[in-house]
Amino acid sequence: MPQVAIQAKNVVKSFGVGDARTMALREVSLDAYFGEMLYIVGPSGSGKTTLLSVVSGILRPDAGTVAVEGTSIWTLGSDRLADFRLRKIGFVFQDFHLFPRLTTAENVAIPLILKRQQWHEAIEVAKGYLDVVGLKGKADLPPVKLSGGEQQRVAIARAIAGQPDILIMDEPTASLDGDTGHAIVEFVRTHIFNERRCIVIVTHDNRIYEFATRVLRMEDGHLIGAEKGGSP
Amino acid sequence: MRGILKLAYKLLVKDRAKFAALLVGITFAVFLMIQMLSMFAGILTRSSAPVFNVGASMWVMDPAVQTVANTIGMPDYILGAVRSIQGVAYAVPLYSGGALVKLSDGTFQSVSILGLDDTSLFGRPPLIEGRIEDIYAENAFVVVKDSEYRKLGNPRIGTEFQVNDHRGVIVGIAKVASSGLFGVPTLYTTYARALQYLPNPRFTISYILVEPKSESDVPRIKQQVKALGYMALTKHEFVDRISDFYKYQTGIGTNILIMTVMSFIVGLSVSGQTFYTFVLENLERFGALKAIGAKSRELIFMILFQAGFTALTGYGLGIGACALLITGAKLRLPSYASIITYWNLAVAFVMVVIIATVSSYLAVRRVLRIEPFEIFRS
Repeated sequence: MPQVAIQAKNVVKSFGVGDARTMALREVSLDAYFGEMLYIVGPSGSGKTTLLSVVSGILRPDAGTVAVEGTSIWTLGSDRLADFRLRKIGFVFQDFHLFPRLTTAENVAIPLILKRQQWHEAIEVAKGYLDVVGLKGKADLPPVKLSGGEQQRVAIARAIAGQPDILIMDEPTASLDGDTGHAIVEFVRTHIFNERRCIVIVTHDNRIYEFATRVLRMEDGHLIGAEKGGSP
Repeated sequence: MRGILKLAYKLLVKDRAKFAALLVGITFAVFLMIQMLSMFAGILTRSSAPVFNVGASMWVMDPAVQTVANTIGMPDYILGAVRSIQGVAYAVPLYSGGALVKLSDGTFQSVSILGLDDTSLFGRPPLIEGRIEDIYAENAFVVVKDSEYRKLGNPRIGTEFQVNDHRGVIVGIAKVASSGLFGVPTLYTTYARALQYLPNPRFTISYILVEPKSESDVPRIKQQVKALGYMALTKHEFVDRISDFYKYQTGIGTNILIMTVMSFIVGLSVSGQTFYTFVLENLERFGALKAIGAKSRELIFMILFQAGFTALTGYGLGIGACALLITGAKLRLPSYASIITYWNLAVAFVMVVIIATVSSYLAVRRVLRIEPFEIFRS
């Protein structure tokens, strides 16, 4: 039986008040396991990104519980939660959110620097991760000198530099052309994914479904079932 | 934490355009503030120049005297009365007045003349040429070699001039700690010769210079001088009285204050706005840092470091620019009355700290409010 990485139970989240109130998540429950590459798919506004934010500890739910590796994250204080994210969860954002004035190596080193690693040591480790994502020799370039696919690889290197157990990827192909997006996710599946890691991806892109171990569909704040693999 | 501060440093200085704009704003503000304050400090110092140069511990004067140049004569008996006060080691008269001298080329030049006590020559300046005893020679004057010296045609020992149709001869060239405020050369002579050469009112003693036997005698001397209808001030009190006059009873202090506040407002608005824009442009990245796992206090440290680094760099550049300007101006205009004092530096530093604090406060508020969730929604 695979070990549970993320367990969300009856999560409720709404935005706005009064007549403007929108229910983004309606008692959503979800288990994600180590050794799983879980996709959450669905139309815009279905609550995918909200669910991703709640289970990764950056958006507090109105109700329900979220446990990551057995820790109930929303009972932690803000500093301990930030520290928990830093050590356990890696993020790949849709628009990468790289620092344009820093070199790629410095961008990748950010989680290590936040973990209080020495600057030069962190840069050396970051260069190693750039090798892993196939960007050897581009460590001293600023991200703006790289293609979209290369920038996405830098974002992935930054996400895994802290050696997180859980990787959260928000629309990883949305800013890339079809072939590059496909290649990136294939790369993640081949090189980043392993039995000790849980990767949760939110996407609209059905061309990359082939790399998922499980695909869950959301609609109107509910997880309505699996398109591939087991149930939520 | 060093790594985080280095990260903050790189984010700041690698955005060259913004960093340059921030530095220009703060440097310009500091430059203006220091310039205004140093000009004021220069004016205040020069306004009290004779007090510093003569160096007496206590000065007795008419209570209506506001500045050292504004003398009101005292009768001779006051000198005797002051000398008789218990606790006075000695007391000597000082003549202070202005005159027009006719130079050898036929031109006239205003001068300030100080007449020193004939017996003691108390308050005499150190000579760089000539011998002080020559001041007792016929028609003898000592000229001060300060920024106004050249206005007398760069006189040497033996140079002659006329004062009120009396012949005058330079017998010594002296140096003083500070030049006067009004841009006129200074001549020293004996008290008796000053009275002889210059037209005088009925009462002739401008000031009585007093040396108390000890610090503890000062209050008694002041009290007894007051009983005579006059006023005794210590050197520092006299300097403060002159400063207060220029600060509060002329428009100089108010105008300098307004200019300094305006410089501060310019610096605050330029730097505050630029720094806030810098943070706004990096807001998503700060949000990303927050999502990755940066704690709020780490982001605050980053912003405070960026604001502090910019402020201190701008402060240093502003002081450097101001020092260069003052040095350059003094090379061209020896009488240029600006001096940078520790007090100026402290005031400008406090203002720069306020600029940095306000700028970073606005930025910190904005960064703390950003939800990392918004990074996902972008």
